[in-house]
Amino acid sequence: MKKQKNDKLVFWLFLAPALISFLVVVIIPFIMGLYYSMTDWTAIAGVKPTWVGLENYKAMFSDVSFRYSFMRTFLFTLLSVISINVVALTFAFLVTREIRFRNLYRAGFFIPNLIGGLVLGYIWQFIFKSVVPSIGALLGIEAIENLLILADPNWTLFGLILAFTWQYAGYIMMIYVAALLNVPQELLEASEIDGANFWQKLVNITIPMIAQAFTITSFLTLVNSFKQFDIILALTNGGPTAMYQDQVVNSTELLALNIYNVAFKYNNMAEGQARAIIFFLVLSIISIGQVYYNKKKEVEM
Amino acid sequence: MKTKKTITTIFLQIITIAFFLLTLFPFFIVVINSAKASLEIITDPIAFPTHWGQIFTNIKTIWSSPSIRYASSVYASVLITVLSLISIAVFSAMAAWVLVRTKTRTSTFVFLLFICGLIIPFQVVMFPLVALFRIINETIGISMLRTYHGMIFAYIGFGSPLAVFMFHGFIKSIPAELEEAALIDGCSKPQIFFRIIMPILKPIFVTICILNAIWIWNDFLLPSLVLGVGQEIQTIPLAIRAFAGSFVKKWDLIMTAVLMAAFPIVVGFIAGQKHIIKGMVAGSIK
Repeated sequence: MKKQKNDKLVFWLFLAPALISFLVVVIIPFIMGLYYSMTDWTAIAGVKPTWVGLENYKAMFSDVSFRYSFMRTFLFTLLSVISINVVALTFAFLVTREIRFRNLYRAGFFIPNLIGGLVLGYIWQFIFKSVVPSIGALLGIEAIENLLILADPNWTLFGLILAFTWQYAGYIMMIYVAALLNVPQELLEASEIDGANFWQKLVNITIPMIAQAFTITSFLTLVNSFKQFDIILALTNGGPTAMYQDQVVNSTELLALNIYNVAFKYNNMAEGQARAIIFFLVLSIISIGQVYYNKKKEVEM
Repeated sequence: MKTKKTITTIFLQIITIAFFLLTLFPFFIVVINSAKASLEIITDPIAFPTHWGQIFTNIKTIWSSPSIRYASSVYASVLITVLSLISIAVFSAMAAWVLVRTKTRTSTFVFLLFICGLIIPFQVVMFPLVALFRIINETIGISMLRTYHGMIFAYIGFGSPLAVFMFHGFIKSIPAELEEAALIDGCSKPQIFFRIIMPILKPIFVTICILNAIWIWNDFLLPSLVLGVGQEIQTIPLAIRAFAGSFVKKWDLIMTAVLMAAFPIVVGFIAGQKHIIKGMVAGSIK
C-alpha cells in the first residue's frame, strides 16, 4: 500500500517540471487562443474581451491581402520544397561518390544551417542589393547590373527561395546521405553487371531504397517552408508591394508574417489569433496528408 | 573502361568544388566586407578590402555599440541556451521514463498530450502566451516577461514535446528487468533513474542537446516576444535586429555584426562536427 503511494508520488514528481511548463506554454495558450479568436480581444490589461462569434473569421476571409498571402505562401512552399530537395539530393549524390575531401564538402554544405534566419536575411539582403549589381558590372552584363531583385515581386520570391535553400539544403542533404549510405552496394554492382545504366539504377534501385528518407525530408521542408518567418522579416519585411484585385498587397508577406503584422502593426490581436488558427488547421491538413500519401507510396515501392 | 571512370570522377570532383565554393560565397562576402569602411563597401562590395586592419576598427565599434552590447548579448545567449538545454534534456528524460514505466490511462493521456504539442505551430500560441505570462505576473507575482527564468521556462515548454517523444521511444527498448534487479538490491526509484537509466540515455541526450542548441541559439520570434527587442536582456538575434533597425544601410557595420554573431556557433560546429552531424541526422529520423 505504502509502496503504491510512493510510486504515484514519484510519477507526478518526475512528470511535473516538463508537464507544467508544457501546459503553461503550449496547451493553455492554445485553448485561450481558440477563445480569443472569437472575441474582440485587444491584449490590453484589464479590458475584458467580449464574444463576437465568427466575426474575426469572416473579416479574415473577406480580406484580399489574406487570400493573396495564402496563395503566395502555397507558391513559396511548393517551390521551396522542390528547390531544397533537388539541391539536397544533388549534393548528397556528389558527397557519397568516391571523391576526395568529401567530408569537407559535407561540412561546407551544412554550415549555412547554423546561421539563424534573421542573420541570414541580412546577409542576403546585402547580396541582392549590392553584390549582384556589382557582379553584373564586373561581367559587363547590363541586365544583371540593373537587376533590382528586391524591387520586383516575383524576383523577390525567387530571392527568398534561394536564401532559404541555401540555409536548409545542407541539413536535408545529411538525411539523404544517411539514407544513401544504407543502399546495399552489392545490389548496385549486380545491376551494373546486368547492364543497367545510371538512370535505370537511380529509378529502380536507389530511389525506392531511400523512400523513407523522402517522407521525412518532404515533411520537414513542407512544414518549415510554410512557417517561414525570420528570413522574410530580415530580407524583405514583406515587400515589395504588388497589385491584386485592385488592392495594394505585400508580395512576400507570407502567412506567418501576415499573422504577426495583423496583430502588431494593425493592432488587431483577435483577428491575428483567428488567422493563426486557420494557419494551424491548414498546416495540419497538408502535413498529415503528405505523410499519409508518402507512407502509402513507401509501401508500394 | 578505367579511363572513363576516372574522367567521371574528375568531372564530379569539379562540380562538387564549384557547388562548395558557391555555398561558401556568402560567408566570403561577409568576411571581406567586414574589413571595409562605409564608403568602400558602397563603391565596391566584391573587391578585397584595401586595409584588412579596418576589420579591427569595425569589431571595436560593434563591441562597444550600445544597441548590440556584444559581450552581454553573448552572455545572455550562452546562459539561456545552456540552461534551457540542460532543463529540457533532464526534465524530458524524467517525464518520459515515468510515462514508459507506468501503464495507466493517465500516462497514456499525458503522452498523447505531448504528441499534440509536436504539431501545434508556434504562431497559434504566441499571442495568448504573452497574455498568460502577464496574467501570471499579475496574479502570483512571478514576472515571466523580460526575465531569464521566464525565457528558459518557455523553452522547456516548447522543447519538451520532441524530447519526451524521442526519450520515450528509446526508453521503451531498455529492458525493465534491469530496473527490477536494482529494486531488489534496495535502490529507490529516483536512484534507479539517475544511476542506471540516465547513463544509458547519453546518446539521445547528445542528439537532443544539439538539435535544441541550434534552434535556441538562433531563435528570434520567441525571445522577441518574451524578452523584447532592445530591452535589458537580449540574445544575439535580438541584438542584431536592434542594431540593423537603427543603423539601416550601415552595411560595413551590419556585416561585422553578422560575422561576430555567426562566429561562436561556427567555431562550435567545427569543434564538434562529427557529433553534431550524427546527432542531427539521428534526430530527424526518429
